[in-house]
Amino acid sequence: MSTLSLNKASPDPSGGADPLARYRRSAHWKPLEYLFWLLPVAAYFLFPGNYLLLSQIAITGLFALSLDLIFGYAGLISLGHAAFFGVGAYTVGFLGTNGLGDPILGLVLAAVFAALLGFLSSFLLLRGNDLSRLMVTLGVALMLYELANKFTSITGGVDGMPGIEVKPILGLFDFDMFGRVGFVYSVVVLFVLFWFARRLVHSPFGQSLRGIHMNALRMPALGVPVNRRLVKIYTIGAAYAGVAGALLAQTNQFVSLDVLSFQRSADLLLILILGGAGHLYGGIIGAVVFVVINYFLSDMNPQYWQFWLGLILVLIVLFARGGILGTARQWMDSRRRARAHSRTGEAS
Amino acid sequence: MTIFFDGVAFGMLLFLISVGLSVTLGLMNFINLAHGAFAMLGGYACVVLLNRYGVPFLATLPVAILVPALAGIVLEKTLYRRLYAASELDQVLFSIGLVFMAVATAHYFFGAQQQPLHLPDFLQGQIHLPGMDVGVYRLFLIVVGLVVAFGLQWSVIKTPFGAKLRASVDNQRVARGLGIDVNRVFSLTFALGSALAGLGGAMGVEMLGLDPEFPVKYLVYFLIVVTVGGSGNILGSLYAAILLGVADVAGKYYIPQIGAFIIYAVMVAALIFRPHGLFGRSHN
Repeated sequence: MSTLSLNKASPDPSGGADPLARYRRSAHWKPLEYLFWLLPVAAYFLFPGNYLLLSQIAITGLFALSLDLIFGYAGLISLGHAAFFGVGAYTVGFLGTNGLGDPILGLVLAAVFAALLGFLSSFLLLRGNDLSRLMVTLGVALMLYELANKFTSITGGVDGMPGIEVKPILGLFDFDMFGRVGFVYSVVVLFVLFWFARRLVHSPFGQSLRGIHMNALRMPALGVPVNRRLVKIYTIGAAYAGVAGALLAQTNQFVSLDVLSFQRSADLLLILILGGAGHLYGGIIGAVVFVVINYFLSDMNPQYWQFWLGLILVLIVLFARGGILGTARQWMDSRRRARAHSRTGEAS
Repeated sequence: MTIFFDGVAFGMLLFLISVGLSVTLGLMNFINLAHGAFAMLGGYACVVLLNRYGVPFLATLPVAILVPALAGIVLEKTLYRRLYAASELDQVLFSIGLVFMAVATAHYFFGAQQQPLHLPDFLQGQIHLPGMDVGVYRLFLIVVGLVVAFGLQWSVIKTPFGAKLRASVDNQRVARGLGIDVNRVFSLTFALGSALAGLGGAMGVEMLGLDPEFPVKYLVYFLIVVTVGGSGNILGSLYAAILLGVADVAGKYYIPQIGAFIIYAVMVAALIFRPHGLFGRSHN
C-alpha cells in the first residue's frame, strides 16, 4: 500500500519513477492494437454484402465497451444495462418522429439522457452488496421496460416505433439501404469512443477505478473519493450505452421494446464475459464472436441458439473465467514462464 | 375482498416457489437465478402426467415434487457445489446460463404455447360467503402454503436436521468439526428447495400459467420475495410473498395503466432503505 501511494503522489527519487514509467508504457498503443483496428477497414472491403451484420457487431461492441467500463474496471455488476441502451434508442426515436433526425444531434442527446439516468441511478448502487446492486439495476431496467410497454402512444409498445426519420450525417452522407454508410458511421463512433475510453482507463482516474475494484476500503485511505468515482464512471458508462442504443436506432431506423429487455442485458453480460472483462478489447471481441455465431445459428430455431448460449455461459464460468482475452493472456504468460524456465534450466 | 383473497393466493404460490431460493441464498449464499427453472420442471411434470396420461391432479403433485428434487440433487452434486465459493458474478452467470438452457429445452419438448390444465371438479367453483366469493382452488392454495410455511419454520427450529442446517450455515468449519456432514446437509436443503419450487410450479399452472419463459417471467417476483423478506428468513418470505401478491393483484386491478411498475419501484425502494429486507436480520 505504501508503495502504491508513493507512485501516485510523489515518485520516490530512488527508482520510484520506474512503476510510473511502466504505466506510461502500458498506455502506448501496441502494434496488435493497430492491427485490430485495421480489421473493420478490411471487413469493409472483404464483406460488402454484410454491412448490416458488421454494423451490428460495432454497435454491440460499443455497448459491451460501456459495460466493461463500469464492470470490468470499477467492478459494479449490472444486470440492467439495457436501460441506458433503450433510453438512447428511444431518444433517437422521439427525435426522428418529430423531425429532428440529425444523427449527430441524436447521438449527443442520447448520451445526455442516458448519462442523466445513469447519474441518478448510480446513487442507488453505492449502498449494499453485489446482490442488491444486481437487483437494483435489474429493477431500474424493468421499470423502464414497463413504462415503455404501457405508454404505447409514445413508444408504440410491443409493435415498436417504425419510420424514424434519420437525416444524412453532417448533411453529406445519407444512410443507404445496404447499411454501408451506417457501418462506417458506427465504426467511426466506436473508434472515437474507444479512443476516449482508452485514455480514460490509462489515466490516474482509471487507475483509481482499478484500485476501487481491488479494494474499496483502502482507496479512501489513499485520498480517493470512492463514491464520487463510482458515480462518475457509472454515468460515463451509461452515456456510452446510450450512444450504442442511438446507433442501433439510427442504422435500423426502428426502435422496439426489446432494446430494454432483460435478454439484452443478460446477453451483454455474456458477451463481455465471453470476451474477457477489464481489457477494453474484450467486449468488442466478445461482440464479434457473439454476433457471428448468432448469425450462423439463427438459421436454426432461435430457441436452440439460446440453449448453446446458456451452455457457453456455464462452461465459461466453470472452465475459462477470464473469457477469451483473459484465457489467451494466461496461456501466453504460462508459455513465457515455461520458456524462461527452460532457458534458466539450460544455463545452470 | 375477492381481490385481496386472490392476492393472498397468488402470494402463497410465490412463497412456495421462492422459499427454496430464500434458503439457498440466505443459508448457502448462492445466488441461484435458475430457481424458477425447477418450478417450471414441476409444472411440466404435472401437466404432462395430467394431460397425456390422465393421472389425477392431486396424484401428480408428488411427482411434481420428486422430479425437481432429484434434478436438484444431481445438479447440486455435479455443478452447483463447485461454485459455492465462487464470486457472486460467477454464480449469477452460471445460473443465467442454466435458465437459458432450461428455457430452450422446454421450448424443444413442449413448444411455446401455454400449457392447459383442467382442475378436478372438487377444486373448481366458488364458496359464497357474506361479502365475498372464495374460489375453492384459491383456498386450497392458501391452506397448502400455510402448512408448508409453518412446517418449514417448525422443522428448521425444532428438528435435528434444522439444527444441523443452521449450524452449517452459521459456521461451516465448526459444524464440520462437530461431525456434521455439511455437504449432505446442503444437498438435502437444495433438494428440498427445488422440491418446494416444483410444488409451487405445479400448483401455479392454473394461476401463473406455464410456458417456456416461466423462469424469466417470474424471476423478478421470486427475487423480490427473497430480498424483501430477508434472505434465509422463512416467515419473512411468507409475509413478503403475501404482501407482493396482494399488491400485484390489487395494482393490476385498480390501476392497470402502470401495471408492474409499482412492484419494481417498491422493490428498488425497499432495497435502498432496508438492504437486508423488511423482515431480515439486521446483522449479517
